[in-house]
Amino acid sequence: MKPLLELTSHGLYCELGDFFIDPWRPVNKALITHAHSDHARWGCTSYLCHEHTVPLLQLRLGNHPYQGIAWGKSIFINSIEITFFPAGHIIGSSQIRVRYKDDTWVVSGDYKTKNDGISGSFEPISCNHFITESTFGLPIYQWEEQEQVYSSIRHWVKEAHEKQVTPVLFTYSLGKAQRVIEALAPLNIPIYAHGAIANTQEILIQQQHSLQPVIRIHNGLKPIDFSKGVVIAPPSADQTNWLKKLGPSQRAICSGWMQVRGNQRRRNVDKGFVLSDHADWNGLLSAIEATGAQHILATHGFTHVLTKYLNERGYQAETLSTLFGQDEEEQTNIETS
Amino acid sequence: MKQFIHLIQQLDQSTSTNDKVDAIVKYCNEAISKDIVWTIALFSGRRPKRIVKTSLLKQWCCSKNKIEEWLFEECYHTVGDLAETIALLNKTNTSETTELPQTLTELIQEMINISGSPDEEKHTLILKYWSIPHPTFQFIFNKLITGGFRIGISEQMVIKGLSKFSGIEISTLTHRLSGKWEPATTELTTFFDNSSIESDDSKPYPFYLAYALEHKPTELGSPSEWLAEWKWDGIRGQIIIRNLQCYIWSRGEELVTDQFPELKELAMQLPDGTVIDGEIICMRAGKPLPFSLLQTRLGRKKVSKKLLQDAPVGFFAYDLLEAERKDLRNTPLLERKILLESFISKISSSIIQLSPIVQFDDWNQLASLRLHSREMLAEGFMIKRKDSPYLSGRKRGDWWKWKVDPLTIDAVIIYAQKGHGRRSNLFTDYTFAVRDGEKWIPFAKAYSGLTDAEFNEVDQFVKKHAIEKFGPVRTVPPELVFEIAFEGISVSKRHKCGIAVRFPRIHRWRKDKPKEEANTIEDLRALLKSYGN
Repeated sequence: MKPLLELTSHGLYCELGDFFIDPWRPVNKALITHAHSDHARWGCTSYLCHEHTVPLLQLRLGNHPYQGIAWGKSIFINSIEITFFPAGHIIGSSQIRVRYKDDTWVVSGDYKTKNDGISGSFEPISCNHFITESTFGLPIYQWEEQEQVYSSIRHWVKEAHEKQVTPVLFTYSLGKAQRVIEALAPLNIPIYAHGAIANTQEILIQQQHSLQPVIRIHNGLKPIDFSKGVVIAPPSADQTNWLKKLGPSQRAICSGWMQVRGNQRRRNVDKGFVLSDHADWNGLLSAIEATGAQHILATHGFTHVLTKYLNERGYQAETLSTLFGQDEEEQTNIETS
Repeated sequence: MKQFIHLIQQLDQSTSTNDKVDAIVKYCNEAISKDIVWTIALFSGRRPKRIVKTSLLKQWCCSKNKIEEWLFEECYHTVGDLAETIALLNKTNTSETTELPQTLTELIQEMINISGSPDEEKHTLILKYWSIPHPTFQFIFNKLITGGFRIGISEQMVIKGLSKFSGIEISTLTHRLSGKWEPATTELTTFFDNSSIESDDSKPYPFYLAYALEHKPTELGSPSEWLAEWKWDGIRGQIIIRNLQCYIWSRGEELVTDQFPELKELAMQLPDGTVIDGEIICMRAGKPLPFSLLQTRLGRKKVSKKLLQDAPVGFFAYDLLEAERKDLRNTPLLERKILLESFISKISSSIIQLSPIVQFDDWNQLASLRLHSREMLAEGFMIKRKDSPYLSGRKRGDWWKWKVDPLTIDAVIIYAQKGHGRRSNLFTDYTFAVRDGEKWIPFAKAYSGLTDAEFNEVDQFVKKHAIEKFGPVRTVPPELVFEIAFEGISVSKRHKCGIAVRFPRIHRWRKDKPKEEANTIEDLRALLKSYGN
């Protein structure tokens, strides 16, 4: 019997339902786990995603026919049952369950098992086949509690103010930025944001997400303004003229990759905060176990490590070579994680 | 201990030199003096002896964290640092609470005390410290029990901090911190107290090092203000005669007196209170021999008679740093040279001889002489201002090295491995091969010479196109062509291609060349024939 989901040149495909999940080329019917660019691409005829994801796709991909769905509500395509469940990765991020008769597949998309208070709380979904990410699939990746990281970020911002320099935090605009902005809220200082981050934040606030407003950086602002607040910018803004105009600064990156000193030194920033929107090693293992699935397919990250580890423990695990990261070592791009 | 942990965190947290120097000053104000001595020792490579084998440490870490060895190795390749890998893995299972040791000295002393005990006792002690739930402490502790204490902070940086703290000049401190001293028995006052120093006869002067000449020598101005001498292809050394004792130091601040008995014997003919800078090099009948021969003499505890005959060593004297116990470093070079000549002439053998001054009237003449460097077994010229003082460390302005252009070969990458430190998790260590018909024959490894952006690009290529994995090594299709530069070429039994090259590095990426245009093993052999030794 043909598997319910299989890999094609356009992406993960369900033949019975004639739909794709996170395809990397334009297709007819696309189911989207979340709005990050390696999962949601331009040009499909129709999109199905979580209702919170719709405005984000609108912002990032422009006008397409988007259909939003709530978590836990099922929809049927050619008698294939499709249900979205929270993945806890970013706002709207979902695992997608695909069920036909007694065969159940879950596509995790990207996920984190700890609730960040913004992105929805990850739920383990029981299934026979679990397609899991493995971005941080090595036991060296074990995250500290969110509140601990948040408080070190605030401490670092205060230190910058004592030194009278502007604290600049580099984060990916969708996901990490919202968390970092929440982390900074208790300080009651102006939060200045690069345009890319302000755009996302404004859309989300319009959509009734209860998030902190930010001040969009414009030419009228002076270094003296910034030095009493904090600046949030995407990593691509580092070492640009845009950054220089902010005046003297100390810079930090927030990313799971900062767990390793070498990465931090390579980026040549003053500080790295280990803050990730992905599950850590123990998170991956507990999520996999909770599904009850025997057949595990690992995509992006340290897939060969995770599958070898699982196979030694009686699972039937294999690597699924998607374009989300292609290879275990591809994902050193700290900007998405 | 808390102060030291804080210091490491501060040093790690800033990219600004001033911040780092200030962190060191703050540390010196807060820490006990014995801890400061150990801190200096650690940052200058004077780490206490390793107490357990790496393999045993790995094993203990695996069993503590219930992971298999292969998984540990995967982690290690990604982190690129053993101490850090263990620290990250130990993050779990930290329910116990062992107290931090009071001081750095106490911790190191405990390590020294247990070094002779059975492995089980060491295991217990290490497990005790592994249970302290403090990531920075874990990192420091593991650094202490594994390899060198290299964490991206240079000795120079520490000296800058100490100088600011004590008000003593950098060059003076550099001198006092050089040479041989035992951290366990050294007091901080030895470095800071002006009355208690200069008592150590063995202490060398910090070597004055030159930068490579980046422009045409004509820009140096009138040739009459400069002198030129051959840059010999050996190792820089300093011969010290004080209180009827001879000490020979290599540039790496290693005491090598016993490795070169023939030099020691002759040097004793020099008057007391003399320090000479020069080049240790193999020579026979006063003529230099290839560097590859000198390599057979390095790092030997015992020097056999046969070795003394096969690889006889000599010394080309460049400079006189001390005479009659007086520091001459501020005397103009030409005066030092004249004095040096009178000293060397007293020695009865050409084994220690004056490095000759090369006469030239204009820069063009020197340029054409430079083309004969390889025949002379020299690396090129040193150009020194005649009135220059002898400075400490690598400085611009008065001394320049003008090396002969390196030999080059266009080769392709066939293997890649992840780097260490700031290159962790990036494929930056490559093996290069030349063509032999349909096959590719590896001939050199190189790690340096590309920009960060280029390393990233090659890294992406390796990750996308890796054919095979052998542990940390990836085999990649032979496609990327690079120009490899090197200083010398010789026959080698240890290398698959039968040829060894000296100091290979990547000169540039030949994106314009397809692999078919890479050099062949015949090209490499032709170079060996012309320039080999």
